[in-house]
Amino acid sequence: MAGNVGNPMIRMASSAKKGEVVEVRSLIMNPMTTGLTKDKAGKVIPAHFIQTVTITYNDKPLLDIDWSTAVSANPYLAFKLRAESSGTLKMVWKDNTGGNWSADSKLTVA
Amino acid sequence: MMNKPIARRQFLGASLATGAVATAAGLGLLKPQMAFADNVAGWPAKAFDAKLLKDAMSDSIGKTDVPVSSKVKLTAPTIAENGGAVPVTIEVDSPMTADDYIATVYLFVDHNPTPLASQFTFTPASGQAYIQQRIKMAKTDNVRVVAKTNKGVLMASAPREVKVTIGGCGG
Repeated sequence: MAGNVGNPMIRMASSAKKGEVVEVRSLIMNPMTTGLTKDKAGKVIPAHFIQTVTITYNDKPLLDIDWSTAVSANPYLAFKLRAESSGTLKMVWKDNTGGNWSADSKLTVA
Repeated sequence: MMNKPIARRQFLGASLATGAVATAAGLGLLKPQMAFADNVAGWPAKAFDAKLLKDAMSDSIGKTDVPVSSKVKLTAPTIAENGGAVPVTIEVDSPMTADDYIATVYLFVDHNPTPLASQFTFTPASGQAYIQQRIKMAKTDNVRVVAKTNKGVLMASAPREVKVTIGGCGG
């Protein structure tokens, strides 16, 4: 799986009206293996999965997510944000092997 | 982000103080995470490691029986050809104001090897308690959601059956 992790992406509108609820869509590469399956040689594939996604807006908590191995490989995630003031949305993904990725996206509120 | 566990604990503490004190003892969330050195700080290992739905529910929400409310909407396909990526959408009807918001949402798959699939801790800044993601399902099974308000009120979605053609445990 080496080389096939990370590369986080965020897709959202770059501007919104004050009070508007905007959708944020995100994607990151991660095998999300459970530790319950075996490879072709019969060797157990170790669990490797994202456990937390921390989402802030202007450094204030927006949404905290805890994931299990039941989340699909290369997790897609969509959520919402109420546009109150211009700022930066930041997402941090952490996996159980020490992997740590972040991405951000700017929003202008008119 | 170094300040995350602190922010989460402050947030949980604040929401519990408003009324859910009785269930606090049942929430593994407030205990220090000692189980596995490689788990991310703050990740609720006990609830996620539970093998049965009733244990996963006890360890996460502190109850095994939650009344169904039409406010909790769970959308999932009736038939999923690929159990490895079943799209689910969660929407909870709430004003999401500072006084009245959905604090936490729990997603369960009844008979997965570990039924608790995800846990979402919202803030009023979300504007809407809404999540869309893809999950793995081992076989034809029920998916269900439990939402908890900032005042500690629990409400569940109706269980939603998804017929799985090819199980999703290969990943």
